[in-house]
Amino acid sequence: MFHREAGVFKTTYASDMALYPLPIAKWTMVALAVLFAIVLPASLEEYYLSILNLIFIAVVGALGLNILVGYTGQISLGHGAFMSVGAYTAANLAVRLGLPFWLTLPAGGLMAAFIGALVGIPSLRIKGLYLAIATLAGQLIIEWTINHVPAISGGAQASIQVPRPDLFGFVLNTQSRLYYFLLFFAALAIVATLNLMRSRIGRAFIAVRDQDIAAEIIGIDIFRYKLLSFAVSSFYAGVTGVLYTYYLGIANYEQFQLGVSIDFLAMIIIGGLGSVLGSIFGAIFVTLLPIVIRTLMENVGSLFFSDSELANVVSGTRLAVFGGLIIFFLVIEPEGLNRLWRNVRSYFRVWPFSY
Amino acid sequence: MMRFERRWLGLAVAAGSLAFASSAFAQSKELVFGFQCDRTGPTATVGTVLCPGYHDYIDLVNSKGGVEGFKIKVIEVDNEYKVPPAVEAHERFKKEGAVLEGLYGTPQTAALNKKLEEDKILGTSPGFGTAAAADGKRFPYTFPIAASYWSQAGGAVEFAKEKMGGLKGKKIAYLFYDNPAGKEPLPILEDLAKSEGFDLRTFAVPAPGVEMGSQVTDIVQRYKPDFVITHLFGRAPSVSIKELKGKGYPLSKVVAFVWGSAEADITAAGGMGVAEGYNTLQFAGVGKDFQVNKDIVAMYKAANKPAPKEMDSTVYYNRGILNAALHVEAVRNAIKAKGGAAPTGEEVKKGMESIKGFTLGGLLPPMELTPADHEGGGWVQVWTVHGGKLTRTKDWFQGYRSVIQKHLAADASKS
Repeated sequence: MFHREAGVFKTTYASDMALYPLPIAKWTMVALAVLFAIVLPASLEEYYLSILNLIFIAVVGALGLNILVGYTGQISLGHGAFMSVGAYTAANLAVRLGLPFWLTLPAGGLMAAFIGALVGIPSLRIKGLYLAIATLAGQLIIEWTINHVPAISGGAQASIQVPRPDLFGFVLNTQSRLYYFLLFFAALAIVATLNLMRSRIGRAFIAVRDQDIAAEIIGIDIFRYKLLSFAVSSFYAGVTGVLYTYYLGIANYEQFQLGVSIDFLAMIIIGGLGSVLGSIFGAIFVTLLPIVIRTLMENVGSLFFSDSELANVVSGTRLAVFGGLIIFFLVIEPEGLNRLWRNVRSYFRVWPFSY
Repeated sequence: MMRFERRWLGLAVAAGSLAFASSAFAQSKELVFGFQCDRTGPTATVGTVLCPGYHDYIDLVNSKGGVEGFKIKVIEVDNEYKVPPAVEAHERFKKEGAVLEGLYGTPQTAALNKKLEEDKILGTSPGFGTAAAADGKRFPYTFPIAASYWSQAGGAVEFAKEKMGGLKGKKIAYLFYDNPAGKEPLPILEDLAKSEGFDLRTFAVPAPGVEMGSQVTDIVQRYKPDFVITHLFGRAPSVSIKELKGKGYPLSKVVAFVWGSAEADITAAGGMGVAEGYNTLQFAGVGKDFQVNKDIVAMYKAANKPAPKEMDSTVYYNRGILNAALHVEAVRNAIKAKGGAAPTGEEVKKGMESIKGFTLGGLLPPMELTPADHEGGGWVQVWTVHGGKLTRTKDWFQGYRSVIQKHLAADASKS
């Protein structure tokens, strides 16, 4: 917003494909890194860090779902279940074999990727709403299986307590320690997605989304790339599940039911399909907005209502305001918050000489 | 432009006075309670009645001068029966300096068990969470404070035994919601079937629990049990009443667990008249005749307001009172033990663990909370639909307590 691109010329393909197209983007990145790694954890109370932690976990999941829905044009209503696959894989490995998180985390992701690719097989034949129903079936089958197989679920309660993650004897048990743990994986997920999308694989995903027959004609193996997209996306979901498990100290499939799949779809639709920044905006929006609305309404409402009345008023109207805001943002920009942000940016690019 | 600025000025003044008012308020003796609720999610039918009950009792205590001179401030957060908002709620309570909190929802309780222990803030989960949480040594900061599903299973079987005059050779059907909470009582029921010599058959109802025609046909026409125990949630209990009644099974031979036992479930099934004879397990007293209910009505009357309409749903409303009353008693014990000073979360936990013989005129069971037993003994009552309302048929009792304790010990040694 505060820079001009004048004088920046790209003379090689490499520079055109660079992660940071402008020198100033690099500095913005550094500033953001300093903000998140040093300034915020040093200045915020634990409560605010805990909200950031929830956002970080949501960012990983939203990025994963956006790879599938936004970039590859497939749809999944089963991501909640893929998260539970990751969660239970990691919990079982951590409890039964005593493995550390840096082994259980990728293991949970890989298991979810495998199951996700299986559930994604129907995508080779069907699209759109039909695929949504097929993945919905996947969600329900996985829930049922976990509920009914004690070997996975660890008993009738279907919940497995896991120890806190530790790194070289340093136990991550407070919000500020978990903050760094989750920040690392959120950042890793962001960088990985940015890189994936400018690679051959990412471009193949986009080609499949735009027109799969055309993509096949230009030599993209649809079978492979659709399943790969399901696998990569489910890997992210699995990692999200593992992060939740370590964050809460328990794996429990009731935390990953259909509503969660829909929440994540809402995130990427509000944030913007097919964009990394959009996934981040969406995760922030859906996690933070209810909290912000509630805090505002509690402060304003306490002028008119007693505490016990307020509780009733707030919870009802909060949902209405939340829904209203989603509609508002989607009406002014159907392509999501990311597009809204780009519009603002391009307006200021030529400001004050817009024509 | 001028008008705009004036509005901002007005807002700033309002905000400033608000900040001043709240800081002045904080100087008086005050304790903060955190309370999670679900007023908008899948269990809103429970939350919209239970939570006002909680607030009304706290208001009543405050209107009488508070607890040992401390006013209570309740921060309620609606978690919508979702886990991330429940985690956020707990962190908020911690930030506001809550000395204890009320949990809401089974997955939410599971997710917060560990956090409660790390932050040394006790959480109560009446009717939620796992039966194993009754073991205070394993879950030091989680307090079910009401009969767990295991204790309810014991209570249901004991009631069945009494009704049928013995269990030997009898047939009992268990109709349950197919989720972890629904399956939890199975080990107790299976164990009792073996030791008491009755035949047990289980019938699972898949989510969302509104379709159970085939299961009930199976029960009524093929299995023909002598007694039916149901353990269902949400809309399912009313469907079960309708189906059992419709297929001609006498409801007097049915007993429901605590989440299938509210007036709302019976009304949704077609009214009290239809459900005549239906037996329900309760962990709090039912009805509006308790002194505390009258006190709350009087409090509303003094403020020139009609009695809260939620009070008509006495089952859930009184459960809210139970939760609030135990919170207040725990804090009272803690303040007394500390000689009148504001207690910490750890001291409130000790206060909760020393509650004994506090029954609020029969609304609460004669429970005894100890460091080892956070369930308080697993007491239940049976209330039966009779003559258009719920009437008490069996006073507080502990069903097969020794069996439950054996299972708790076995579960503890397993982990």
